[in-house]
Amino acid sequence: MRSLFELKPYILRYKKLIGLGILSILASEFFYVIIPILIGRAVDSLKFGVTGEKLIWFASLILGSTLLSGIASFFTRQTIIVASRKIEYDMRNDFYRHVQGLHYLYFRDKKIGDIMAYATNDIPAVRNFVGPGIMYSVETIIEFVVILAIMFSMSLKLTLITLIPLPLISFLVYKVGKIVHEKYEDIQEHFGVITTAAQENISGIRVIKSYVREDYEIEKFRKLNLEYLVKNVKLNKIQSLTYPLMILITGISIILVVWYGGYQVIKGTMTLGQVTSFLIYLGYLIWPMIAFGWIVNLTQRASASMDRLLEVMKVEPQIKDTDETDYSIKEIKGKITFRDVWFKYPDSENYVLKGINLEIEQGQTVGIVGYTGSGKTTLVNLIPRLFDPDKGEVLIDGINIKKIPLKVLRGNIGYVQQEVFLFSDTVKNNIKFGVNGVDDGKVVEVAKLAHIYDEVMDFPNKFDTVVGERGIMISGGQKQRLGLARALIKDPKILILDDSFSSVDAYTEEMILKNLREFRKGRTTIIISHRITAVKDADFIIVLDDGEIVEKGTHEELLNLGGIYADLYQKQVLEEELEKM
Amino acid sequence: MHDFKEDEILGKAYDSRLMKRLLRYVKPYWKHVVVSVIIVLILAVLNPLRPYITKFAIDDYILKSNYNGLVKLSLLLFGILLLQGVLQYLLGYITGWIGQKTIFDLRMEVFQHLQRLALRFFDKNPTGRLVTRVTNDVESLNEMYSSGIILVFGDIFTIVGILYFMFRLSFELSLVTLSVLPLLFYATFLFRKKAREAYREIRTLIARINAFLQEHFSGVSVVQIFNVEEKEFQKFDQINAKYRDANIKSIFYYAVFFPAVELISAIGIALIIWYGGSGVIKGAVTIGTLISFIQYTEMFFRPVRDLSEKYNIFQTAMASAERIFKLLDTKIFIKQPEKPVKLENIRGEIEFKNVWFAYRDDGESVLDEDWILKNVSFKINAGEKVAIVGATGSGKSTIINLISRFYEVQKGQILIDGIDIKNIDERDLRKNIAVVLQDVMLFSGDILSNITLGDEKINLEKVIESARLIGADKFIEKLPKGYFENVHERGANLSVGEKQLISFVRALVRDPKILVLDEATSSVDVETERIIQNAIEKLLENRTAIIIAHRLSTIQNSDKIIVLHKGEVREIGTHEELLAMKGIYYRLYQLQYKERKRKAISLSGTS
Repeated sequence: MRSLFELKPYILRYKKLIGLGILSILASEFFYVIIPILIGRAVDSLKFGVTGEKLIWFASLILGSTLLSGIASFFTRQTIIVASRKIEYDMRNDFYRHVQGLHYLYFRDKKIGDIMAYATNDIPAVRNFVGPGIMYSVETIIEFVVILAIMFSMSLKLTLITLIPLPLISFLVYKVGKIVHEKYEDIQEHFGVITTAAQENISGIRVIKSYVREDYEIEKFRKLNLEYLVKNVKLNKIQSLTYPLMILITGISIILVVWYGGYQVIKGTMTLGQVTSFLIYLGYLIWPMIAFGWIVNLTQRASASMDRLLEVMKVEPQIKDTDETDYSIKEIKGKITFRDVWFKYPDSENYVLKGINLEIEQGQTVGIVGYTGSGKTTLVNLIPRLFDPDKGEVLIDGINIKKIPLKVLRGNIGYVQQEVFLFSDTVKNNIKFGVNGVDDGKVVEVAKLAHIYDEVMDFPNKFDTVVGERGIMISGGQKQRLGLARALIKDPKILILDDSFSSVDAYTEEMILKNLREFRKGRTTIIISHRITAVKDADFIIVLDDGEIVEKGTHEELLNLGGIYADLYQKQVLEEELEKM
Repeated sequence: MHDFKEDEILGKAYDSRLMKRLLRYVKPYWKHVVVSVIIVLILAVLNPLRPYITKFAIDDYILKSNYNGLVKLSLLLFGILLLQGVLQYLLGYITGWIGQKTIFDLRMEVFQHLQRLALRFFDKNPTGRLVTRVTNDVESLNEMYSSGIILVFGDIFTIVGILYFMFRLSFELSLVTLSVLPLLFYATFLFRKKAREAYREIRTLIARINAFLQEHFSGVSVVQIFNVEEKEFQKFDQINAKYRDANIKSIFYYAVFFPAVELISAIGIALIIWYGGSGVIKGAVTIGTLISFIQYTEMFFRPVRDLSEKYNIFQTAMASAERIFKLLDTKIFIKQPEKPVKLENIRGEIEFKNVWFAYRDDGESVLDEDWILKNVSFKINAGEKVAIVGATGSGKSTIINLISRFYEVQKGQILIDGIDIKNIDERDLRKNIAVVLQDVMLFSGDILSNITLGDEKINLEKVIESARLIGADKFIEKLPKGYFENVHERGANLSVGEKQLISFVRALVRDPKILVLDEATSSVDVETERIIQNAIEKLLENRTAIIIAHRLSTIQNSDKIIVLHKGEVREIGTHEELLAMKGIYYRLYQLQYKERKRKAISLSGTS
């Protein structure tokens, strides 16, 4: 429950709207509760002789009150519920902005689906509390208090007698609700079991077919499904009680009014009109009784959701500008230095990088090779500060990169990741992703540089073709080249290519490398590759093995060394030979 | 991951074709349906009875000061109330039961259908989507089956019942009261239309929000590296604001509709008081009638409103039904022979005769570059051990898929003991072949059930014996519950090596004549490696075996090696023979096997 207090800043932002809403609830309720009295008066007037005009007067009063109550209730929804949607919007924006800035490693051990659930389930749950929750609570309390007061004022005894069964409703709603909830939780859990079973079955369909276990699987599933059926039928047995019990209890109240109220009328201590009002008020009271149980439930759910949301919102973005940041740094030149850099992933004991020392002069091109898992990607991820080293430091132009404003640092790095991620947007917008206000000529230019231009022109809508799920399916090689174009258009001081040509054929790779030769001038370039062809012209090449730099030198030097590099080279020659066979 | 796009499209609420098919599932429970319809009918009479009796309570007893009569009538009311309560409970119970039974049947049908579909189908359809069909889609039909169909009748009957009693009490007053109905219908219709439009817009926008979040959280590092957090936030803000505004628009409709309904109902009551009241003055209408009419107006509005709410239930149900039936109508099966040849005591001879294969559906045209296997022919004698080697994409895994007839070859024949496998029942065929795949699939359950896969013919002794032969007994017995130890999700409590050993035992325990083994490439420690090598030797004994080999020891021990290259068989021979040829195998050997000493040399392109 505590956590819901954290909503205060959001609610305060719309305090006028919400305050107005509560005022309109008051107005709406006022006109609402006088209607039964009007009806009662009308009934009574009939007994004592009445004129047609008087009747029209009553009829208009009833209509008028309903209209006024309705108008006020219109404003209630237009204020409180609208405010709740605005709060939801604010919260979702804050949530997105926050999560988007979180640490790279945060996403490594969280499932995207789980993070999504905060936005899709928890935020609406909280909104439900702020909107309908507040609206109905206020309504319920007012109705309850006012109606009871009116009823008591009309007849203390009748009220007491007819009210006896009513708290039973709240009690039953609560009690049955609790049992139903427990059983429901159990059923939900079992539904999870069924989902897992189906998931397992479908993922393992090859094994099942291979070993001809289809019938057994069907039997297994039937048992689970049957258990689900039985549980549901049992729940239904209890749940079906709710509605009849409600009719029974309210019915008893009504009969009590007819009987005892009738008796009072016979005795002359009450009028028929009063009894009629009573009957209508009883009908009015049922809703608050039900709503009460419902609001409790809603609040509990919102509070649990808020707990979860707060947990995310309290995660500190670890990579950000700090007090150390020197905002006078407006640009970088591109000299990169690694000084005794150690790094390990938080969930692991083993260092992925072990004391890396490396100096890359501005404008140099460096090749990095090594077996899978040797730490190549981790090493370059440190440059745009996707994460920081555990020990040692990374410097650019001799300045620790922690001092360089993130905007300046990342704005000057063009990084093509191993797995190029494109957004379901047009080709043009994907290329322009990292820059503002460039003209289309520039887009065409980098597309040509990345050797993707001709293929884009073959797409149905050329540069306006949407890529991805809802658009054209593009190949891995095209993805890589679009990723390259996206990095090139930034006109970066540092260009990092992480295995960026792995899905591109050898000829295209050669063309791109040739195109880049001009572009690379004056820029620092790091090329990670499994193919020797991509790195052999580099100023120097380093070989990473198990987190350490084990070989360093030019292509010729490393070949002569006869180590890992030479071995990789050998393999590649073999592969090329195989390809030709 | 949940598929946001496809599953959020809402269609129409009623489709007679779908409805007919949905109703077929209720047929087995027609007796229950009949009972509940009878109950609904009785309730339709009982519900409007109370205001009717109230009229007599007022006119004949209260106003005539007959206390005893009032007590009697109160007791009668109580009796009716009890009956109502009991019947209402029974109705809820039976309709719920019908719903549960029907969706049980439907869920089984979907699941059974999935078991029969060919692998080709599973290649194209993501697991998550299929799971949704079995689980959520079927579930969303529950409400329609339980409360939807029968209670729609209930609402209609109740309306008829109320009308009956109203007209009995006063024909004129009924007409006056009903005069507001067109207004109510019109308001409801208008609201539905507007609300539906708004709802559709809201669904589209929430789908966009979800898609945006999913994409941007998946690609968060790109957003960060490219330094575009602000720009992307603006984009998100735009969609989020649209979503907010669409919701606010729909709030407006609700804010108008609910008071409007109240107002219409108040018009009804005002009319009764004015017109009925005048009647009372004239002596044409009694006060009791008037009061019961006020109650009827309240009563009347509920089923009308309920009916429009059922609309939503039907709409979701139709959308789910559409998807479920689409799946049930997918008939991608492996064609079964009409007169299958029975496989009994097979020798285990395998022959590929000019086999051409591409991953294409029947009748789909195959381009030259689509062929995965091109004119592949080889023969494996009974009891021989044959290794298949080749680079990635050479077609190795396809060969093992075809032997088990997971896919149909386009041209050529595959023969087992000289019988074309097209003439063998697929189950009969697979019972004679044990396949051990690279990725070991473990199911929830204990070790034992993961070995037997639920086959009761395989007893524990047999399992223990096989485990001993394989060398899996040591680690299994070390587990707290031994063979009855539960396997965690996806085998999280077992090492890679242990999982492999279990899959070996799974195959060995069946003592198949033919064994197909796709050796795992994942690296294990030296000790485990020794155990696995040993296990493979045991596993291959006394049977025909085809192995996609990754271990030097396996290829060296095989009787012959088939070299696949670009979908064609290029070289066949023993290890020494092929090495001496200095051809493809010679190079593959240097690339893949020579250096397996080194851990994890899975180079991209060659692993």
